[in-house]
Amino acid sequence: MPATDADLAPDQFEDLVDAVTGGPVEFDGLVVQYEDDGYVFEVPDLHREHLSVEELERVAAANAEWVSNWHFWNVVVGGEGTARRAFLRWLEAADEHSVRGRYDAMADGGIHHEWGELLVTVELGEVGYRRYELRHVDDADAGRGTLTAHTEPRNLRDLSKYDDSGRYRPLKTAPSLVDGWVLSDLTSGELKEALGFVYPATVENWHREQEGTLDVTHWRETAERQTGIYGVVEELPREAVEWVTEAACVDSQCLKRREWQYDEDDHLETPGGDGPFPCREPCSLVVAAARKWTKLEEEDEHTYEFDLTPSEKEQLEAIVDAVADGRTEGIREADVYEGANRYRARYLRAKRFDDDGNLCGVPTEE
Amino acid sequence: MQALVIVAHGSHLNPASSTPTYAHADTIRESGAFDEVREAFWKEEPSFRDALRTVESEEVFVVPLFISEGYFTEEVIPRELRLDEWDPDLWESDGTSASQATLYAEDVDKTIHYCGPVGTHDAMSDVIVKRAESVTEDPDVGEGFGLSVVGHGTERNENSAKAIEYHADRIRDMGRFDEVKALYMDEEPEVDDVTDYFESEDVVVVPLFVADGYHTQEDIPEDMGLTDDYRTGWDTPAAVDGHRIWYAGAVGTEDFMADVILERAAEAGADIRDALEKVREATGGVPASGD
Ligand code: SF4
Repeated sequence: MPATDADLAPDQFEDLVDAVTGGPVEFDGLVVQYEDDGYVFEVPDLHREHLSVEELERVAAANAEWVSNWHFWNVVVGGEGTARRAFLRWLEAADEHSVRGRYDAMADGGIHHEWGELLVTVELGEVGYRRYELRHVDDADAGRGTLTAHTEPRNLRDLSKYDDSGRYRPLKTAPSLVDGWVLSDLTSGELKEALGFVYPATVENWHREQEGTLDVTHWRETAERQTGIYGVVEELPREAVEWVTEAACVDSQCLKRREWQYDEDDHLETPGGDGPFPCREPCSLVVAAARKWTKLEEEDEHTYEFDLTPSEKEQLEAIVDAVADGRTEGIREADVYEGANRYRARYLRAKRFDDDGNLCGVPTEE
Repeated sequence: MQALVIVAHGSHLNPASSTPTYAHADTIRESGAFDEVREAFWKEEPSFRDALRTVESEEVFVVPLFISEGYFTEEVIPRELRLDEWDPDLWESDGTSASQATLYAEDVDKTIHYCGPVGTHDAMSDVIVKRAESVTEDPDVGEGFGLSVVGHGTERNENSAKAIEYHADRIRDMGRFDEVKALYMDEEPEVDDVTDYFESEDVVVVPLFVADGYHTQEDIPEDMGLTDDYRTGWDTPAAVDGHRIWYAGAVGTEDFMADVILERAAEAGADIRDALEKVREATGGVPASGD
């Protein structure tokens, strides 16, 4: 381990002595306390007692990582019981690995976690301070220098607003985060702020889930709560809610893991997803879309007759598939073997639509 | 610890909708007035439902970046924030005088100071005047000028018109402009006929909206006849029926709004120390005339 990582700053030691004045310090394997005749200092494999403050300082310096670890978690991070602290602890698996193991891993390339499309890395800074890095998971192997460097968490707010093709991303957890950037040297506070901009409230709801206090609001209750123009969504049929989740909530569309169901005892069949952070109730995008679907579902079905060749029927299916899977942009200009190719679609329209845009000239019945 | 949560409408379609909210939040963040500053949206994330759990402070000041009291501020926001004891009567408001109510949010175990919307704060009158100054590039604009404050109208919310009138009255009382008139998009007197309502040749039109979007950048300019097609833009001033119309963007985009947000929180009891001064420096603000 590089010497600087193991160092202890004078104020860190002072903070420790101050803390011990208030009572014994016991944290992550470190025990420091004051007994009648001096200080006691204990880490795994080492027990010293009857220490003067000068001796304590020497022992602390010789076992600096235990003390700097205490300092980081209790003076820098604090926030006992908060989502922020729990998340930071989780990032370095602090409850599973010893201080020494974590320091070695953080000093040697860092510890990595995926959070949606973000790759979060925690590294060891000076005197036990942690430094965090964020980048797109697709850039996991990229050299830091090849990525566009940003310094402010706020930059991520702007970066995450648009997708690769410059389109607005109304759903923050849609898997369309742009890559090619890096935010490094973040403090724990800045990391939390950046995550709050890219994936708002995910850390907080993840924490609640860990604690067993996640408050899931299912579809029925959410729909019944709506007023104004959204009041109608209550009338969306049960089976349509299944289609809504298939349309919007699956992992290919949203990285939150859907925990809400139709009702507490009436679960939906659509897979909820595998992401680390939960979705605790239908989001505003889903409610707004459901309002449209509620209105569409009020229409009666009609029997229409169209004359299509088998290939034309398949082509219509291919077009719906391509739009639904967001593949239209990737279909090559001259790839006339693809039903959703633009020339193929134009040909079909020229052949089968009348001047009013009716398929096979069949008018739409109201 | 105390937090400020600015709640705004946001949009699924218009990326510019949240821009003023973030800009004002950034200004306040930099002032250091609060331990935490967070934005939350009806249509974006974090949602109102999740907003309060994103701050650690036990005392939270919630300021709605909305123009008027009504459906959103009295019904939607308190419901979504789970302020169970909320009742609009707690504001003791006549439609434009809400200040704050102190409530408890059970899901997060926090004290919530739920403030009145920024739009009805007295300082908004100054923001509107400031808007007139910026669009005419004249810090003394007033003499020889008419000023129109434009709003939605009553559509689902009678207080919306009240807020517009309130500020029009206050600005009229300043005696600075030759004429001041409240106009609406969906009721009489309509903004379409703006030139009928003014004798002054020069008329500044300020839309009392939080963000620029469809209404302020497409509807109103076309309705007033500034342009036939909003996409081609318009002149400032634009000649319409022998008048010169100086059309300002949404009032909510004015830097000054950060002051108003802070004033709301301060009146609700937030300890903002010298932050108001700092924010006024940053936004080029003047002390609110209203209080
Ligand atoms: S409701 Fe569906 S689309 Fe919306 S955030 Fe939850 S999982 Fe994602």
